[in-house]
Amino acid sequence: MAAAAARLLIRGSHQTLPISSVGTGKQSCIGNALLTLSSGCNSRLKTQRRHAAHFTFQPDPVPTQYGSTQKMNLFQSITSALDNTLASDPTAVIFGEDVAFGGVFRCTVGLRDKYGKDRVFNTPLCEQGIVGFGIGAAVAGATAIAEIQFADYIFPAFDQIVNEAAKYRYRSGNLFDCGNLTIRAPWGCVGHGSLYHSQSPEAFFAHCPGIKIVIPRGPTQAKGLLLSCIADNNPCIFFEPKILYRAAVEQVPVDAYTIPLSQAEVLQEGSDVTLVAWGTQIHVLREVANMAQEKLGVSCEVIDLRTILPWDNETVCKVSGHHSIVSIIVGHFIIGI
Amino acid sequence: MLTNISTVLRACAQRNGAAAVVSARNYADFTSQATFEIKKSDVFKLDEAPATEVVMTRDEGLQYYRTMQTMRRMELKADQLYKQKIIRGFCHLYDGQEACAVGIEASIKPTDHLITAYRAHGYTLTRGGTVKEIMAELTGRRGGIAKGKGGSMHMYCKNFYGGNGIVGAQVPLGAGVALACKYKGSDELCVCLYGDGAANQGQIFETYNMAALWKLPVIFICENNRYGMGTSVERAAASTDYFKRGEFIPGLRVDGMDILCVREATRFAAEHCRSGKGPILMELQTYRYHGHSMSDPGVSYRTREEIQEVRSKSDPISLLKDRLLSNNMASVEELKEIDVDVRKEIEDAAQFATTDPEPPLEELCNHIFSNNPPVEVRGTNPWAKLKSVS
Repeated sequence: MAAAAARLLIRGSHQTLPISSVGTGKQSCIGNALLTLSSGCNSRLKTQRRHAAHFTFQPDPVPTQYGSTQKMNLFQSITSALDNTLASDPTAVIFGEDVAFGGVFRCTVGLRDKYGKDRVFNTPLCEQGIVGFGIGAAVAGATAIAEIQFADYIFPAFDQIVNEAAKYRYRSGNLFDCGNLTIRAPWGCVGHGSLYHSQSPEAFFAHCPGIKIVIPRGPTQAKGLLLSCIADNNPCIFFEPKILYRAAVEQVPVDAYTIPLSQAEVLQEGSDVTLVAWGTQIHVLREVANMAQEKLGVSCEVIDLRTILPWDNETVCKVSGHHSIVSIIVGHFIIGI
Repeated sequence: MLTNISTVLRACAQRNGAAAVVSARNYADFTSQATFEIKKSDVFKLDEAPATEVVMTRDEGLQYYRTMQTMRRMELKADQLYKQKIIRGFCHLYDGQEACAVGIEASIKPTDHLITAYRAHGYTLTRGGTVKEIMAELTGRRGGIAKGKGGSMHMYCKNFYGGNGIVGAQVPLGAGVALACKYKGSDELCVCLYGDGAANQGQIFETYNMAALWKLPVIFICENNRYGMGTSVERAAASTDYFKRGEFIPGLRVDGMDILCVREATRFAAEHCRSGKGPILMELQTYRYHGHSMSDPGVSYRTREEIQEVRSKSDPISLLKDRLLSNNMASVEELKEIDVDVRKEIEDAAQFATTDPEPPLEELCNHIFSNNPPVEVRGTNPWAKLKSVS
């Protein structure tokens, strides 16, 4: 039941066709062909019955360069990242609604017992307050890791993020900054979340210079990217695909490691079409790419954007003259590439 | 037959502690009304308090009993249907808090307005929804009160503005409704509910200020059921005197498990608003038996003993039943008849809710905008778009 949207951008000879011509021509034929071949999508829409998730999680290969690994799912990899941070950084604090007992998605289990109630504590129900407070803590020098219980609840904090956090460094002429702030929030649809437990609000923040937005596709990526966000000197929003919290299991390095921000990853090379996505949709696209290869003989390049803002336009646009770019996004209508 | 009845009655009387009634009665034998002593409400910035001696008629009592019992059985049925996976998504049950909804409705008019957060099934019923419509909405069918598109958290009916998912956000809305009432000069007021967790949201304090500044006819009601999801009030609030949080708004703290207390306090509050004195704040001390939602067992942050204690000592339906029986306002059989009736109504509604068809797919995207030419909407299928018509 994922709300997948495809926006076809055709970059022939570096010309962007106007939107009205989307859906015409070769690309739409590919689209329709993919559609009729895939068993999940049916162009004759019928009432959806949810029997299983709409994708299969494809784990990453075991990383060898970061030391010993352990089997972890997504929420455990987040806990591991936070554990590493609290151990190595004495100024690090984690706060948010219900984080003390472990969080509604168990991302902070055990941390309060291990590091004390001064470092892992609950806030009352006040998102605007949580983020504002986080900005202040970050400015004063603490590594502040704020949790918003669901990305859908982030909107009361929108003003704090966009008007305060993002602009702090700029408006103070680099005298002050809240780079120590990282905001984490569960993100994306789960099937039964309806209006307020399913949203993917990265698009709203993607137009705001001054903050970074990061969305991982699995546990290994999540830990590395989260640690990069925490280390980064800019306020970061880290969205965690909630449908992957338990479903995604990989071998994840136990020690701390970072994955660079603003670097997209090419998961699969191809020569005909480029597919760009982030988060859960990566796994859908991998299936799509396989199907396209088998059934249509179309060679797809799959790119995980990872950092939405500032995004790695170099990797994405490094295309040959005849590539078409298909961007599959979940949720609100996104920025144009 | 009489000995059978008297045995049953005596057994019931022993269980409920009501006075023993040994012979079958007809309705002419019942007291038509009685006076009751109720707990005094705590006041804040008020010179008077709601009355402590109140009158309840037999008819009122039976009506309250029926409504509360309907609410209770409806919630328990919803629990059952959820466990059978006929209701999906989120479901926040109201059992334990029935006295609040029924007590409030007893003292406001159908032309008054009410808005609350997501624990809204009870209010949907008191504000005019039928059990059938509510259950069909829970199961997402076209007979539902929101045409099957809203679900548990988004039920609406005339003068009932929902049913809101984001806590705290409904409070400024309620003040706005009150402003409209004042502006139209209609002598209506707005009852604006929120919980103990939401009481810490900033927008509520913004609303207090606006309501007091412009003397809006709004009754703010904090339903304090002691836990915001899993967080007890002591761990969430610097001041748990929620009725004093309005600072410059007068407040009342009321026993929310006693329907007569709630009714009397609401009557007092409604009079306050309608006389042009501006907003007033009520804290209803109540309790929910279920967890926060169906995915919360409700025992990891509170003990089973606590839940049991409230159930045995302060259950709103039991309290009312005891009053009716011990004051000879109703018989055990009469109440049992009501129970049987209610059970049947719920069964019928559940039957309807499970068999009614889902809304047609063409309606999925309707009502996004208003009065626009039909808009195309992306669905899960990018090359077959849905249409939005309004």
